Amino acid sequence: MSAPLPDSIEATLDILAEGKYVADRSLATALFLALKLGRPLFLEGEAGVGKTEIAKVLSDTLGRRLIRLQCYEGLDVSSAVYEWNYSRQMIDIRISEAAGDRDRSQIESDIFSEQFLIKRPLLQALEPDESGLPPVLLIDELDRTDEPFEAFLLEVLSDFQVTIPEIGTITAEKPPIVIVTSNRTREIHDAIKRRCFYYWVDYPDAQRELEILSIKAPEAAAELSNQIVAFVQRLRSMDLFKLPGVAETIDWTNALVQLDKIDLDPETVNDTLGTLLKYQDDIEKIKGSEAANLLNQVKADLASRQ
Amino acid sequence: MTETGNGTTPGLALLEELEGNKLVTNIMHVGRMLRSAGLPVGPGKILDAVSAVQTVSVTNRRDFYWALHAVFVNRRDQHEIFDQAFHIFWRDPRLLERMLGLLIPQMAGEEDGPEPEPPSRRVAEAMSPSDEEGNEEQEEKEPELEVEATLTASANELLQKMDFEDMSAAEIAKAKSAISRMRLTIQNVKTRRFQASHRLDKIDMRSTLRAAMRTGGTVIPLQYRTRRKRTPPLVILCDISGSMGRYTRMLLHFMHAITNDRDRVSTFLFGTRLTNVTRHLRNKDIDIALTKCTESVEDWSGGTRIGDSLKDFNQSWSRRVLGQGAVMVLISDGLDRDAGRGLALEMERLHKSCRRLIWVNPLLRFEGFEPKSQGIRAILPHVDEFRPVHNLESLTELIEALNSQLVRRKEGITEWLQAM
Repeated sequence: MSAPLPDSIEATLDILAEGKYVADRSLATALFLALKLGRPLFLEGEAGVGKTEIAKVLSDTLGRRLIRLQCYEGLDVSSAVYEWNYSRQMIDIRISEAAGDRDRSQIESDIFSEQFLIKRPLLQALEPDESGLPPVLLIDELDRTDEPFEAFLLEVLSDFQVTIPEIGTITAEKPPIVIVTSNRTREIHDAIKRRCFYYWVDYPDAQRELEILSIKAPEAAAELSNQIVAFVQRLRSMDLFKLPGVAETIDWTNALVQLDKIDLDPETVNDTLGTLLKYQDDIEKIKGSEAANLLNQVKADLASRQ
Repeated sequence: MTETGNGTTPGLALLEELEGNKLVTNIMHVGRMLRSAGLPVGPGKILDAVSAVQTVSVTNRRDFYWALHAVFVNRRDQHEIFDQAFHIFWRDPRLLERMLGLLIPQMAGEEDGPEPEPPSRRVAEAMSPSDEEGNEEQEEKEPELEVEATLTASANELLQKMDFEDMSAAEIAKAKSAISRMRLTIQNVKTRRFQASHRLDKIDMRSTLRAAMRTGGTVIPLQYRTRRKRTPPLVILCDISGSMGRYTRMLLHFMHAITNDRDRVSTFLFGTRLTNVTRHLRNKDIDIALTKCTESVEDWSGGTRIGDSLKDFNQSWSRRVLGQGAVMVLISDGLDRDAGRGLALEMERLHKSCRRLIWVNPLLRFEGFEPKSQGIRAILPHVDEFRPVHNLESLTELIEALNSQLVRRKEGITEWLQAM
């Protein structure tokens, strides 16, 4: 089930909505530009705001294969782009030696040919899938890798080509849809960003977050969702080391639903705070009186609105 | 995707075709405006912006805004500048024309330099080499003035600008020679990348098979590879409060040298607030670097709030600069106006998020120094090394201190902890 690329911002929003992704129009604009002009989209933001999710949704709704490259320190060409199948090469050398049917240059061009090539994500992304459509390439957490790999990516991201010394340059007939994400644990070089459309994914506002909850955690009672969102929004204005992202909000809601809660009470908040806050200092700070205090404010707020 | 090509910029032809179009001219002006505001906007970006705007087929202001945003903004902190520029420009385009009108002579003026800046000391020196003696007299006076302030962690946040005396040529020469001898024994760390090696470490299959081809496959000579080593990122946090005043200048020289000596160095200054001066110190010219530092820091020689500054660092910077196993150097006397409140907690976090934390404390120049102050007691348990510096007034002393024998994590600190 492959769908055509969107031809307007509205259509992009529709596609995201179809994949159950609630997005701001600003994000849809950047995404639409990336799709339409065939350039990578560079998403930066705190952890848990739904950067990776965008690539998954795109792959789902557009019916494209998703190829994911998780970055880590020391990621190199042999695990990101290609590797030779050494054992097969060795066997091939032995066989031809025994048979004596090929000369040296023949063997050489044989064992460094495409049949001995193991394709890693970046090389795979340059090929269309079975239906002939270019895939979605997700380069996740680019900030985790080091500068040499970043430099290597320049060729891939601007010209959608990879050079293998023994074979030559492999170019994508149709450029893949590329999503690059970063948590900003270090600054990515401008040279990479210049080749992409940039978007900072921020925490959603209360209304947007409520919308997300209604889609991602539909079992939660409306009243509970309201309280959760108001509570989390308040938490985000506090002085914490790691603010809860949307992913945490969804996790928390699901946890509360599993516990059959329809209303937040201080005790439950204390017990489940671990799904929302991921640092012990932060939990210590909020647990107990602070949580009760926040909850009272939230409830008073919601009551006055009704 | 097919009809969109492979994403190359539309090229000049497009721009020419659109020359009559008012929008294109306006986009160009916005681009130029952003460029003069410091954003990296080149001609390529402006072409990109034009094609982006055409692609979204602008029907409303919002889409237009975000289309330009996706092209011009590269980092989160640029958002604010873009936002302002956009709104100023499209609220009143004539306003911008006027502004640009104002801007152009200004920019031209910058080059011509109608406002005579005080010539740098080196230039002045080169013009009149005879007044060197006078300079020396000035320098001699300097320490006397500051002695009184040396050991006080003053209670007020003093917002003042400090005027650094420019370095003389002799000083630069001296510093340079000291720096050229400097080898920070902050150990190189193994990376996850490999390089060819003769040591029988790991077999490099790729080059082994290539080597095998040279013999036609009859002999397969094994080739080896080993892990490549690299200097870890270095983060320097330097106290510039009143009690550290007499060392500040020397420390800045040191930081400038080290920033330009290796890659991945970040430098922060703190007194009552934290300032990131990495960019300024990257300037090759020490005079320019110091001037820029002076301009950006607002709390020279004021009080010290180590806890607050560290908290600020932990919150907004540690996750951005301490990745990939950074080594951290904290230069401070540990005299804290908040008497160490909240300091231990922040130190603990800091310690946990870096590979190694080295504390350089100039107070140790006094014989019989004991870790009695609240601040020092809060910091000590959370550092890996405590480098005694008996005389911080010369660069060589500092380098010697940092070069002393490397020990295992936490090992250098035990005797100090016992003394507490």
